[in-house]
Amino acid sequence: MKLIRHSQDYAPIYEAMRRYRKNNIVRLDVPGHKGGRGNKVLRDFLGADCLALDVNSMKPLDNLCHPVSVIREAEELAAEAFGASQAFFIVNGTTASVQAMILSVCKAGDKIIMPRNVHRSAINALVVCGAIPVYVDPGVNKELGIPLGMSVEDVRRAIAKNPDAKAVLVNNPTYYGICSDIRGIAELAHSHGMMVLADEAHGTHFYFGEGLPVSAMAAGADMAAVSVHKTGGSLTQSSFLLCGERVRKDYVRQVINLTQTTSGSYLLMVSLDLARQNLALHGKEIFRKTVEYATYARTEINRIGGYYAFGDELINGDTVFDFDRTKVSVHTRAIGLAGVEVYDILRDDYDIQIEFGDIGNVLAIVSAGDRALEIERFIAALSEIKRLYAKDPTGMFDHEYINPLVMLPPQQAFYSDKESLPVEQSEGRICGEFVMCYPPGIPILAPGELITDEIINYIVYSKEKGCFMTGTEDMTLSRINVVK
Amino acid sequence: MSFWFTEQHTDRVRFSIEVKEQLYSGKSYFQKIEVFDTFEFGRVLVLDDYIMLTEKDEYIYHEMMVHVPIACRPDTIKKVLVIGAGDGGTVRELCRYDSIEQIDMVEIDEQVVEVCKKYLPQTACRLDDPRVHLYFEDGLKFVRRYQNTYDLIIVDSTDPFGPGEGLFTKEFYGNCFMALTEHGILTNQHESTYYDSYTEMVSRTHRRMRSVFPVSMVYQAHIPTYPSGHWLFGFASKTTHPIYDFHPARWEELQLKTRYYNTDLHRGCFALPNSVKEVLENA
Repeated sequence: MKLIRHSQDYAPIYEAMRRYRKNNIVRLDVPGHKGGRGNKVLRDFLGADCLALDVNSMKPLDNLCHPVSVIREAEELAAEAFGASQAFFIVNGTTASVQAMILSVCKAGDKIIMPRNVHRSAINALVVCGAIPVYVDPGVNKELGIPLGMSVEDVRRAIAKNPDAKAVLVNNPTYYGICSDIRGIAELAHSHGMMVLADEAHGTHFYFGEGLPVSAMAAGADMAAVSVHKTGGSLTQSSFLLCGERVRKDYVRQVINLTQTTSGSYLLMVSLDLARQNLALHGKEIFRKTVEYATYARTEINRIGGYYAFGDELINGDTVFDFDRTKVSVHTRAIGLAGVEVYDILRDDYDIQIEFGDIGNVLAIVSAGDRALEIERFIAALSEIKRLYAKDPTGMFDHEYINPLVMLPPQQAFYSDKESLPVEQSEGRICGEFVMCYPPGIPILAPGELITDEIINYIVYSKEKGCFMTGTEDMTLSRINVVK
Repeated sequence: MSFWFTEQHTDRVRFSIEVKEQLYSGKSYFQKIEVFDTFEFGRVLVLDDYIMLTEKDEYIYHEMMVHVPIACRPDTIKKVLVIGAGDGGTVRELCRYDSIEQIDMVEIDEQVVEVCKKYLPQTACRLDDPRVHLYFEDGLKFVRRYQNTYDLIIVDSTDPFGPGEGLFTKEFYGNCFMALTEHGILTNQHESTYYDSYTEMVSRTHRRMRSVFPVSMVYQAHIPTYPSGHWLFGFASKTTHPIYDFHPARWEELQLKTRYYNTDLHRGCFALPNSVKEVLENA
C-alpha cells in the first residue's frame, strides 16, 4: 500500500524537520552535541542550523531502517520521480547502494557478469559475499586510452558461456561518460533469467535531463545505484538505490540493513529529499544549462589545439552506444603531458580542482552550480598549461585497459594466506589485494588475479607520473600481498 | 532626517557618507548597481555595496592607472585593451592621448555602462570617442583570443570576489602576457595591504603576476574613499621597466593637465612603505 499523499513539489522529510525545530523539543537523546551546545567550535564552523538539524530517528521523523511515515513517503516520491517501483534512501555512500544491489542478487559461488571497469565497490561486494566475477572486456579506445562500454555481443557470449550467472552489472555511464546499450543488455539478460544491475554513480541527470542517454530504470534494469550527490545536488555520501518491478523490495531492505547505519543522518536524508524535489521540478532546465556549459567548454578547449575534448563523435552504436554530454573529458597526451600532470598543475598553479586525471585524460565535472567564470578559468588555464609546459609526446605510455586473468574468486584470494613481495618481483603470482589508481577507482588488480609483467609496468609508470595508488596494505605500494 | 550610505571596510570597520539623494538603484545579472548623490563626494557609484568611485576623488585612481604606463612608452602605445572600467574614467584619461589609435574596452556588465552614461557623465564622457570599441563580455574570455596585439592592457576591475574574480587569476595574467606586444605593459588595481582581510589578496595577486611577467612591480596612491585610503596598483611587462624606461621629458611635452599625477610622483610612487614591501617580498 502506498503512503504517497503529496506531489513532487513537497518534501516530506524537510517538512517534518521544520516542524520538529519549531516545537523546541527537549533533547534527552543522541546526538550528544545537543544541537551544537556540546561542541561550540563545530557549531560555529558548520553553522548553528546545521547542528540543530543533526538529529536522531524519532517518531515524528521516522526511522530509516524501518520507514513508515515521512521517510517512506519521501522514498515513494523519489521512486515516482525516478520512474522506479521503489527507491531506498542510502546514507552510507553509493558504495553501499552498489553492494546492496549485488548482495541482493548473489550468494557465495554465484556468478555475476560485469565489465572490468567497475568501481571498486562492486568487487568489494564480491569479497564480502563470495560471488564470482565474469569480466567482459569493455574495449578500449586506443587513441584516448580509455575503457569503453560492454558490447551487446560480448555480453551475449559471456551469457552463453555462463548460463548459470545470476546477474549482469552495467556502468551507466562510466566515469568518462560512456554508455553501453543498457536496453539491449537488459532484454538479453532478462531473456536468460538474469537480473540487470546498473551502477549509475554518474547517471543521476539521465533521469531528468533531455537528450541525455537512457536511464537504467527506463531501460528496464532491475536495480540502479544512483549517486545523487555527484550530479544531483544532495550532500556527499547520500545516494538512492532504485528497484524495478521484479525485485523483492522487502528483501532488499533487509540486505541494506545488514550493513547500513542504524543512525541514519538526517542531514543526508533531507539533502536527498530536497535534491529529489529540485530535480523533479527544475531538472530539465538544470541539465539543459549543464549541457550548454559542457558543450561550450568542449568547443573552446578543442579550439586551443593539442587537447582533445571528446564528445558525441565517439558514439559507435556498440562499445560507445551513447555519450553523456555533461562530461568534459579532455585527452592531454598530444601536448606531451599525462592527464594526472595536467590535473596537478591545474590545482597547484591555478587553484582549479577537477575531478580526476589519469594517464591520458582529465575530467572536469560541470554542473548547473557552476558559473560561466569557472568554465572560462578552466579553458584559460588549459591554454596556459599548453603554452608553458607542452612537450613532445613520444615515449608516453598509451595503454589503459589490461585484461584481468581471474585465477581465484575474490573472496577466497582475499582471505587466503598471503606473503608480501616487492611489486617488481611479483610476476606470475596471484594477487591477494586490490591495486587501484584513484580516482577513478577502477581496479588494476583485484584479489584473485594473476600479476603479469604488463601490469607491473603499468603500476610503476602510474606511480612515476604521480597517480594516487591505493588498495594495498603497503601504503606506498612498493610491496604487494600475493597468495601463498 | 539624514540618509547615510555605509560601506563595510572590514567586518569591524565602517565608512559612511551622508547621501543627498539616491539617483539609481538596480540589479543586473552580475551585481547590484547604485548611484548616490552626496554632499561631500558628489556622485558615487556603488556595486554590491562597495564604492567604485566618487566624483571627488576618482581622478586619482584613473590618472594613476593610465599615465604611469603611458609615460614609459609615450610614442609606441597605439593599441590599448581596457578590462572592466565600466564607469568610463580610464577611457577618458586614455582619450587625452592623440597617439593612441584604438581602445578596446571589455566590460562584463553592460548595465554598469548604461547607468554611468546616464548618471556619471564626469567619467563616462568619452565612451563615444570613435577610437573606443565596447565589448560586453568576460575579460578572461576576450583576452584569450589575442596574441602579440596590445601595447597596453589596463585591468580596472572590481575586487577579487564577485564578477571581477577571474581577472586576478594566474591564467588571466598568462593570457594577457600572450596578448601583449614585446614592450607591452599591464597595469591593474591591486587592492591594499592595510587591513588584514585584504593582505592575502595582494600577496596572491602579486605572486601570480610575478610568476608570469619578468617585470612585476607595485606602486601606490592615496584614494580617500577606498578602504584605508592607501591603494596599490600593479605594473607588469615583458621588457618595460617603469623607472628605467620612463620618459618624463617626452611626457611633459604633451602638456596634459593632471590633478594628481606628475613626473616626480611617477618616480616616487614605486617607493613603497616597509609594511607593503614585506607583504610583497613574502608573497
